[in-house]
Amino acid sequence: MTRIKVHVDGVEYTDDVEPRTLLVHYLRETLGKTGTVVGCDTSSCGACTVHLDGASVKSCSVLAVQADGSTVDTVEGLAKDGQLHPMQQAFTDCHSLQCGYCTPGMIMASIDLLKDNPDPTEQEIREGLEGNLCRCTGYQNIVRAVQQVAGGAQS
Amino acid sequence: MTTVEEQPTTTEIGASRTRKEDRHLITGQSTWVDNMTLPGMVHLAILRSPMAHAKITAIDVEGARSAPGVVGAWSGRDIADVQGDLPCAWPVTPEMINPGAPSLAVDQVNFVGDAVAVVAARSAAEAVDALEEIDIDYEPLPPVLDLEDAVADGATLVHESIGTNTSFRWEFDSAAAGSGGSVDDAVRDAEVTVKRRFLQQRLSPGFMEPRSVLVQPKDDAITVWSTTQIPHILRTMLGLTLGIPEHKIHVIAPDVGGAFGGKITITPEEVIATILARKLGRPVKFTETRSETLAAAHHGRGQIQDLTITATRDGQITGLDVHLLADLGAYLRLLTPGVPILGAFMFPGIYKIPAYRFRCDGIFTTKVPTDAYRGAGRPEATFGIERIIDELAAELGMDPMELRRKNWITHEEVPFTTVAGLTYDSGNYEAATERALELAGWEELKAEQARRRESKDPVQLGLGISTFTEMCGLAPSRVLGSLDYAAGGWEHASVRVLPTGKVEVVTGISPHGQGHVTGFSQIVADRLGVPFEDIEIIHGDTRSSPKGLDTYGSRSLSVGGVAVVQAVDKVIEKARKVAAHIMEANEDDLEYADGAFTVAGAPGSSVPFGDIAFAVFSAHDLPEGMEPSLNSEATYDPGHFSFPHGTHLCAVEVDTETGHVGIRTYACVDDVGTPINPMLIDGQVHGGLAQGIAQALFEEVVYDEDGNLVTGTFVDYTLPTAADLPSFRTDRTVTPSTDNPLGVKGVGEAGTIASTPAVVNAIVDALRPLGITDVEMPCTPERVWRAIQAHTSSQGEVR
Repeated sequence: MTRIKVHVDGVEYTDDVEPRTLLVHYLRETLGKTGTVVGCDTSSCGACTVHLDGASVKSCSVLAVQADGSTVDTVEGLAKDGQLHPMQQAFTDCHSLQCGYCTPGMIMASIDLLKDNPDPTEQEIREGLEGNLCRCTGYQNIVRAVQQVAGGAQS
Repeated sequence: MTTVEEQPTTTEIGASRTRKEDRHLITGQSTWVDNMTLPGMVHLAILRSPMAHAKITAIDVEGARSAPGVVGAWSGRDIADVQGDLPCAWPVTPEMINPGAPSLAVDQVNFVGDAVAVVAARSAAEAVDALEEIDIDYEPLPPVLDLEDAVADGATLVHESIGTNTSFRWEFDSAAAGSGGSVDDAVRDAEVTVKRRFLQQRLSPGFMEPRSVLVQPKDDAITVWSTTQIPHILRTMLGLTLGIPEHKIHVIAPDVGGAFGGKITITPEEVIATILARKLGRPVKFTETRSETLAAAHHGRGQIQDLTITATRDGQITGLDVHLLADLGAYLRLLTPGVPILGAFMFPGIYKIPAYRFRCDGIFTTKVPTDAYRGAGRPEATFGIERIIDELAAELGMDPMELRRKNWITHEEVPFTTVAGLTYDSGNYEAATERALELAGWEELKAEQARRRESKDPVQLGLGISTFTEMCGLAPSRVLGSLDYAAGGWEHASVRVLPTGKVEVVTGISPHGQGHVTGFSQIVADRLGVPFEDIEIIHGDTRSSPKGLDTYGSRSLSVGGVAVVQAVDKVIEKARKVAAHIMEANEDDLEYADGAFTVAGAPGSSVPFGDIAFAVFSAHDLPEGMEPSLNSEATYDPGHFSFPHGTHLCAVEVDTETGHVGIRTYACVDDVGTPINPMLIDGQVHGGLAQGIAQALFEEVVYDEDGNLVTGTFVDYTLPTAADLPSFRTDRTVTPSTDNPLGVKGVGEAGTIASTPAVVNAIVDALRPLGITDVEMPCTPERVWRAIQAHTSSQGEVR
């Protein structure tokens, strides 16, 4: 077992983990943060996307021990004092989710996309979200939500 | 005669309200089954066969039993006497052969992924680790993979004991049914005959949430949380399969992360978890990995279609003959044999076809079973007819849209009973088509296509059409009975009025992303005049739901929603009695509008619904003989299927040098009857289009010649990403259903049904000048490129 200290959604946790434990399993099973989910076993779907030290990662492709000393932000830490993050608000305004399973990862990836590219074209949004699969929406309304937030940030 | 209506709107009907469902889903507060832990819970891991077809000659789980954290390990032999057979609810013919379906294989495995042993441990990781300690010997048998080989003389049998690989033959003949003429006559007398073979590849439904089940035992009862789209049916079937009294089973479908028909099933894992929970006396959870989903969760589609269409030289269709070989897989799951049969009625499409015959052979193979997947039989049928219409047009030298116009049912002819015996109650294909042509910019696209052909541009433009209708809103129970389906098609709703005037509506529908909670709230708000926010829609729990038949087949609104309306109307009738009593008026003199009763002509007299609710709760002064309750329920059995329809137009750019296909424009006009929430409708259309396009361009389940699953992860089974799809242009026409008071039809499957042939027709259209008449799906760059090369090399040059 290895001892790790990780700052997750504003709270510091200290735990002993097996070196082979994936970050996503540490979040879900040890910390009970089930907002981040597992959709595949080949790092293909992106449902597990979180922010690690400010950048989006697929938490299934990061070992918990690699997050030692780092900051992890999940979907559960986005809303502040009951106020939704603009991306969360945009997702509901634009009907960018149906079953909601891909949604936490999609929201985290979208936020990071706009951080890197605050004024993307539609094609840039689509390519920027290539790592996040959605089976319900056909992506069109997800793109609209990202455009809404990008447009809002401009004005 | 159907005319297109102005889209009706009230404050609620036709309002694109944002969803009540969203808050917990966007904040990471979702209640997926895998999130749950219960005290004493153990996790299961399943050992699965790496062989497509083999006898199990020896199996020893003892090594697993002593692995760290393990609570128990079992082989199929250990639970053979209790596991029963997984149910098939659709014996499509009296002679249909069902070889039985064990949850854990006992003596033989019949597909790669077939479950052979199970381990229970304190953690999921320990359970998976312990699988390595299980010893198992297989004696390989030849795989059975090709449908035509499977029915040839001397073929290896998947199931020796039944002596055949053919489970059933199902036939429909319009001459015999009295709904049309003789196909043999049509073929004999045909001026033009076009025959084609189309292949419907296997697909994985691809729901993003892998399947998961948690069973908690208590005394002789169990609570089952499952990622199912059929909680009511699961309860009944689990009871029958395992001999557990139905009233001792409580099933809950919490948040379910997508299903698309892939979660209409009683899974081996649900059965195994139930058996072990009762054996161990502790909660048991199983969550599959995506690799397990791809191997062991049922696939969709899987058909070889041989179609023959006959016509006069001037383009009047005279007959259609369909022969299907349906790949059932190794076992019959819940609806396996019925899926291709659902398509039997839709091959005629929107056309007037004088003679029609359909024959389907259901064939076993050493692959995972097939079963329902978005559209379930109808996408396959629509693909067949829409593709062969284009092939007929090419043969006749006719424009494919003109050929459709010449043969489709006109709006003046509706209601129309087709050669398959279905009566389409409403529809206006002309109006949807006119709007779609405009939306797509069809004329400009045609002009561009001509220019590119003229200049021999290496990137050619192809234009594809798909005009479709579908039967959905499953279903009139008597029709299901006539098709030998084991259950009915009604739906139930109960309305509970609380003392403070808030309303709870319990529906037997089981949503998993569609937005029904919002849509049903809008309907109730509209009908009852109670604020949208004051309505709670309850679903997915057999303890709170009196009865239900769950969600599939685009039935939630057109069957479930109507049950809600009927229950609400009963509430209003009860409330009217109370209002009349309180207001000392005749019931007939009272009007109910905007949530209040008013005496006609006396506007100051109004009594709001909330006051009635409290009066009934306190029951101090109710009409003589009235029970102190406004609560009401309704069970609605639809008289007919509903028939949404649409026109889909697709323009593709085909790079003839690389084979790459890109969608330039996708425009569609869908008629789903009265729109309740247009934003939700668009969402269903977008999602449906993505899946139908994916079948055309990206997805295919592949087994190799030994029956190994090649597309075993999302690396190889390629779902489309956002970068692979365009933005869609969507619009609606409204021809309300004549069958229900809401005028609604279904929408869940429409996009998927229509889009696949629109895309493939477009690709073939781009390449037809080269002499290409088909490209096998998925039309990957390699397949398109090879088709071009094959033609080029045989012609000597690209024309």
